Amino acid sequence: MSHDVLEAIIILAQLLLLLAMSFSITRMLRGPRAQDRVLALDALYVNAMILLLTIGIRSDSLLYVEAGLIIGLLGFAGTVALAKFLMRGQVIE
Amino acid sequence: MIRRWFPHPVLSVLLLLIWLLLKQSLAPGTILLGALLGIALARMYDLLRPPKARAHDFHLLGVLFVRVTIDIFRSNLAVARIILARNRSLNSGFVAIPLDLTDRHGLAVLACIITSTPGTIWVSYDSSANILLIHVLDLADEQVWIDTIKRRYERLLLGIFQ
Amino acid sequence: MNHLDALPPWAAILVAVFVLLGALFAFIGSVGLLRLENFYQRVHAPTLGTTLGTFFMLAGSITCFSVLHGRPIFYEILIGVFLTLTTPITLMLLVRAALYRDREEGSQDVPRKLPGE
Repeated sequence: MSHDVLEAIIILAQLLLLLAMSFSITRMLRGPRAQDRVLALDALYVNAMILLLTIGIRSDSLLYVEAGLIIGLLGFAGTVALAKFLMRGQVIE
Repeated sequence: MIRRWFPHPVLSVLLLLIWLLLKQSLAPGTILLGALLGIALARMYDLLRPPKARAHDFHLLGVLFVRVTIDIFRSNLAVARIILARNRSLNSGFVAIPLDLTDRHGLAVLACIITSTPGTIWVSYDSSANILLIHVLDLADEQVWIDTIKRRYERLLLGIFQ
Repeated sequence: MNHLDALPPWAAILVAVFVLLGALFAFIGSVGLLRLENFYQRVHAPTLGTTLGTFFMLAGSITCFSVLHGRPIFYEILIGVFLTLTTPITLMLLVRAALYRDREEGSQDVPRKLPGE
């Protein structure tokens, strides 16, 4: 009985995270400036990583944790590159 | 001799620990490979000639860690409340803080603390006048924030690094 | 039959609380990203997800897998370690880029450049 509740709560958490991801995507599309979009992309990475952890708990697989680790690291590299680009792009213009 | 092969012993041990955690085993082969990686990467790091970090007081480091953890919990709740409060006009802005801390490692730790705490973020640092610029989400009184940063974190960091 | 059935009740409750709290903090962070008014306010919001959001979710994951497998499994904390090291760097770079762009445009909302920056 209590395990049905656990399952339901994990699904609820996943729905919340999906909503969070859709909010990040909305902010990314809406902007208004380039730095807002990059910030939203970074938040999207983190939400996706947390969502992967919940999927891992539901499917009893540690593989998702490793996928989350990789998303975290690649997201960091991507955001740093984009932030650097924002500083440089203006100089060249 | 030891300095040459182990220029950064703490870094080597940390890399070995991360390797063991990733592999999730304590087999002799894993430990050997992790140790080799730790030593090799620490030597490569030494080629960059990083400035030496000197932490004097490890007891204070523990105090700082506990304090920052508590502050992160508290400011998470504060920022969550601000976000969920409807139609509240928010007074946020920049605060300039004159610092006494000049050690580069101390400043790096302070930057990480201020930025990881929700509600405050490190913006820029003037190294000639030693003035730090931060942005605060819920800014009621500038002086309160200056006092908070200086009293809660800077004093401890001065004790640890200088 | 589900693998979650193997969790004892106390662990099931703990996992449920951790997972829900983690998702809630990440969710509130993204709400802030959407609702706050300007970039410098918005930049504070995602920190909720990267600090307590990730913390609670990792706690839930560690509890679940350690109890299920009957041995301590805690390499999830590596995610936490990497995230605490990298988030300040990305946010600081982003704020500096935004400040630089605003100053280039001559915006009056940001402080003027200090001599030794």
